[in-house]
Amino acid sequence: MKKNNLKKILAATLTLALGAATLTGCGSASAKDSSAEQTSSEAPAAQEQSTDKVYRTLDEIKESGEINIGVFSDKNPFGYVDENGEYQGYDVYFANKLGEDLGVKINFVSTEAASRVEYLETGKVDIVLANFTVTEERAEKVDFALPYMNVALGVVSPKANVIKDLSEIKPDDQVIVISGTTAETYLEKNYPDIKLQKFDTYATAKTSFENGTGVAWANDNTEVIAYAIENEGYEVGIPSLGSQDTIAPAVSKGNTTLLDWINGEIETLGKENFFHADYEATLIDTYGKDYEETLVVEGGKVADAAEASSDASSASSEDAGAAASDAEASTEASSAQ
Amino acid sequence: MGFEVLLKGNNMIRLLTGLAVSLKISFISVAISIVLGVILGILMAFKNPVITVITRVYLEIVRIMPQMVLLFIVYFGTTKALGINLEAETAAVIVFSFWGTAEMADLVRGALLSIPVIQYESSISLGLNRFQTYRYVIVPQIIRRMIPLSINLITRMIKTTSLVMMIGIVEVLKVGQQIIEANRKASPTAAFGIFLVIFLLYFMACWPISMLSRYLEKKWEN
Repeated sequence: MKKNNLKKILAATLTLALGAATLTGCGSASAKDSSAEQTSSEAPAAQEQSTDKVYRTLDEIKESGEINIGVFSDKNPFGYVDENGEYQGYDVYFANKLGEDLGVKINFVSTEAASRVEYLETGKVDIVLANFTVTEERAEKVDFALPYMNVALGVVSPKANVIKDLSEIKPDDQVIVISGTTAETYLEKNYPDIKLQKFDTYATAKTSFENGTGVAWANDNTEVIAYAIENEGYEVGIPSLGSQDTIAPAVSKGNTTLLDWINGEIETLGKENFFHADYEATLIDTYGKDYEETLVVEGGKVADAAEASSDASSASSEDAGAAASDAEASTEASSAQ
Repeated sequence: MGFEVLLKGNNMIRLLTGLAVSLKISFISVAISIVLGVILGILMAFKNPVITVITRVYLEIVRIMPQMVLLFIVYFGTTKALGINLEAETAAVIVFSFWGTAEMADLVRGALLSIPVIQYESSISLGLNRFQTYRYVIVPQIIRRMIPLSINLITRMIKTTSLVMMIGIVEVLKVGQQIIEANRKASPTAAFGIFLVIFLLYFMACWPISMLSRYLEKKWEN
């Protein structure tokens, strides 16, 4: 009996140890954080790998006659599938133009927010056009082209008590946010005094907001604008808050031929006001005419849009600073090709 | 309720095509899992210490690791680490078979060990040889004991295929989300109707399997 017990204990510890080893091993394989990425690139085998390109160059794509573009398939109105099974939306409209000008057939891949970077890192898609916000963290792993849309935070509140500035929020009032969003991190960092009510999903946040548990709801401005338009009795008091981010196409790290071509394309399309046409074809139903200049970035020139939105965010100097540093970051990212 | 959304365009056909994708992945995986699981389960029942340790490690990995992590490792990890570019559906079948085999093997092992030693001894004393013992005494009992548990596993595998949307496969649940989002403005309440239909589709896929199991259990009772 005693011997048997010993055996069991041994087996259990071995299992745990090996299990932990494999877990950590696998963890680094699928890790999304940069630290694991760095350790894996230290290994000589991995380094050899990184010189092997995972991506397809512009010529290779043209030769194959097909391009794989990762888009959202359930984020109306940016990337979604209509009742005939066709991809539609602001991102898709642009993707179709890219495919047309390249003269290749587009193969749309339905991506999720969590797997967009992985798709590019493994070369399983050539371009990601999935409402991809440019951040420094992401720019380490993928190459962003010139931006084609603005995104910032926005705050929506009931018409009876519109909050036009965050200083209007009383000490006892609560603001609703969704956990893990930029709104949460931004408010926690810059306005630690504001009490937050956090929810895990969009649906629960929405229900609570409608039940009046919070005085306002902070989220991506595209979300709150759409919300206020779809629901009577609410108004976006603060349409653009905090760091002004941009949305841009992304390609695999180092795929300069494709990146340069996309950048050239965005600049050329800017001359014919392509993205305004895109907005009018896809986004106008959701956001109306008023937000066209706030959201659209034409020809990759983000400066104009930042100016337009700086009126709104100049309420606090902190915001303006954050916006400026972010604009720098995004230009860095786009010039780092 | 949102049912009208299903009649728009090809929506219903798209949902059914999505269901076919889910079922295809799960049935291939189930078939592989049953074959490999039975073999592995028999090996585990031998109580060879080396096999025991290896299979324990394998089982624990499968239990600890969320299926989604496995999907990411197999789909993206193999490309990054080994340069192998797997099709998304192949990756999904590998992950689900990896999981199914482990659970199936454990069921087979448990069923085999649940047969009391006295039955083997009685069979030998009745003059049956080893093959006959298994054929007429042990295996029929094992199968009967395993059916409810295997059906549970199979239906769980069918339901878990919804995770494959993470690696770009458009299956029934993803199609449902696409339809709901595409009609966010036109019919904001579509979610309820669509999810109800998806529930019915899953039910229609899993119900015959439970019926079959009930039938087999009854048939083999005597």
